[in-house]
Amino acid sequence: MIIDDKMIDYIGELARLKLKQEEKENAKNEINKIIDYMDVLNTIDTSNIEAMSHAFPVKNVFRKDDVMPSKDRDDILLNAPNKKDGAFKVPKTFE
Amino acid sequence: MDLNKLTALEAGKMIKNKEISVVDITKAALENIDKTDKNYNCFVTVCHDEAIKKAENIQKGIDDGTFTSPLAGVPMAVKDNMCTKGILTTAGSKILTGFKPFYNSTAVERLENAGAVLLGKLNMDEFAMGSTTETSYYGPTLNPWGENRVPGGSSGGSAVAVATDQTYYSLGSDTGGSIRQPCSFCGITGIKPTYGTVSRYGLLAYASSLDQIGPMGKNVEDVAEVLSIISGHDPKDSTSFNNEPLKFNLENNVKGKRIGIPLDYFGEGLDSDVKNSVLEAAKKFESMGAVVEEFNMSELEYAIPTYYIIACAEASSNLSRYDGVKYGYCTPNFDDLTDLYYKSRSEGFGMEVKRRIMIGAFVLSSGYYDAYYKKALQVKAVIKRAFDNAFEKYDAILSPTAPTTALKMGENLSDPLKMYLGDIYTVSVNLAGIPSMVVPCGFDKQGLPIGLQITGKAFSESTLMNMAYSFQQETDYHLKKPVLKTSKEA
Repeated sequence: MIIDDKMIDYIGELARLKLKQEEKENAKNEINKIIDYMDVLNTIDTSNIEAMSHAFPVKNVFRKDDVMPSKDRDDILLNAPNKKDGAFKVPKTFE
Repeated sequence: MDLNKLTALEAGKMIKNKEISVVDITKAALENIDKTDKNYNCFVTVCHDEAIKKAENIQKGIDDGTFTSPLAGVPMAVKDNMCTKGILTTAGSKILTGFKPFYNSTAVERLENAGAVLLGKLNMDEFAMGSTTETSYYGPTLNPWGENRVPGGSSGGSAVAVATDQTYYSLGSDTGGSIRQPCSFCGITGIKPTYGTVSRYGLLAYASSLDQIGPMGKNVEDVAEVLSIISGHDPKDSTSFNNEPLKFNLENNVKGKRIGIPLDYFGEGLDSDVKNSVLEAAKKFESMGAVVEEFNMSELEYAIPTYYIIACAEASSNLSRYDGVKYGYCTPNFDDLTDLYYKSRSEGFGMEVKRRIMIGAFVLSSGYYDAYYKKALQVKAVIKRAFDNAFEKYDAILSPTAPTTALKMGENLSDPLKMYLGDIYTVSVNLAGIPSMVVPCGFDKQGLPIGLQITGKAFSESTLMNMAYSFQQETDYHLKKPVLKTSKEA
């Protein structure tokens, strides 16, 4: 059981998710089952294999440094649940 | 004549020949949705007024020569994880309540520039995380081929809307099988193109290194035409290939094509009807002049854990953007900013999404990163190499799309691991970045459709389309239609 009470709270914190007690028990069981299953990967020797992030070779994509109009402020704020004076509104973050 | 039953290209031809106006065909499609979708729940949003207005403009554009695509004026619908300007875009999640993007995803933009009429947005598993379309905040979509059967997922709405003739074609997205498996469960045709073929700009990200948009339709010709419109380089997606849009010259000819049958795909857990239909399809190809050969691909057993580690890791990072501040759902009661994040996310995401975000956070966390995430990236290289080796010998690999036909609703919902195991035949394709197509190839004893998966090396879309087209010239599985319910049963 890699995922114990402490671990489920810890990954909840990393993910900014707070589970209800029953959800937590359930998540713990399911995630343990899934992680156990993932351990099948330990049966394959990968000591000489480089980790592959992309299936195809990718390289940096450059563009010309031309001045172009950015997104419109009003458009960006269109869907904001809370806004004020042309900005996203959030609770006070420091005194 | 029942207009809705036409293929997309047939409808486009009638529009071009002025046998029907764009407004009339759009009205007929909308009326059909109003009548039919109560029973299937394909649409999260139907664009009644916008579609008619759009149809009027497109008719003008066709008349004055602006729109020349063979699909100009043909109504379509897209999965609800693609941004549509001014139209609700939910990804099947409560957390995107009320979200109306101010821009179009590139795929949608290209279809609109070709004169497509958007009928609406199609239901899906929340953030494309699921294989049944049951995890949507907007309720499950139902498969028209059987009572209480799931349509597959996550592009379940996109599949059923085509299978029930509510749209002429649709767009889906495929991260681990989300186009192909619902095509198989619903008896329609679709393709997951090579990674980077269709721009991901405006696609709400699940796992960015695996996500790919693709068309779903009634036959290969329609799917090929749609892919030729939406493919091609897009500067707004840095991973999109610097290629011209794809062009297809479909011909019924598979003579000399080398086809591989991976024996490991036909072992334990595969439904016997599915197995027989797929092997029959292989014989069909042989009778048409292809060379069919069996081979081993034992890396299959690593596909699911590798996929879920990588996909969940990327999801946990991608979905960190949903914070209750910028758009979508915000909790009404909170103490401070951190509390606002916690509550908005905990109340806004469904359980399967939470589970995958947490698995992702775990496999990326300090102390476990090497054992899980890095290991998965190494095994991904092993899987990619296995495909590379296979494609030195074969033009295409034939396999089942899923181990079973459409499952009963609720069957896998309470057992996530069991649901993940159903993705066995599809996920490795995304890990390798290669294209894969699904065409109907039979029915099981209960009359549920079976889909044949045809997989090729990177950029072999033309080969796959030709093989699938040839198969459909010699078979009629893709022409079969389910018997539809048209009024709501109490």
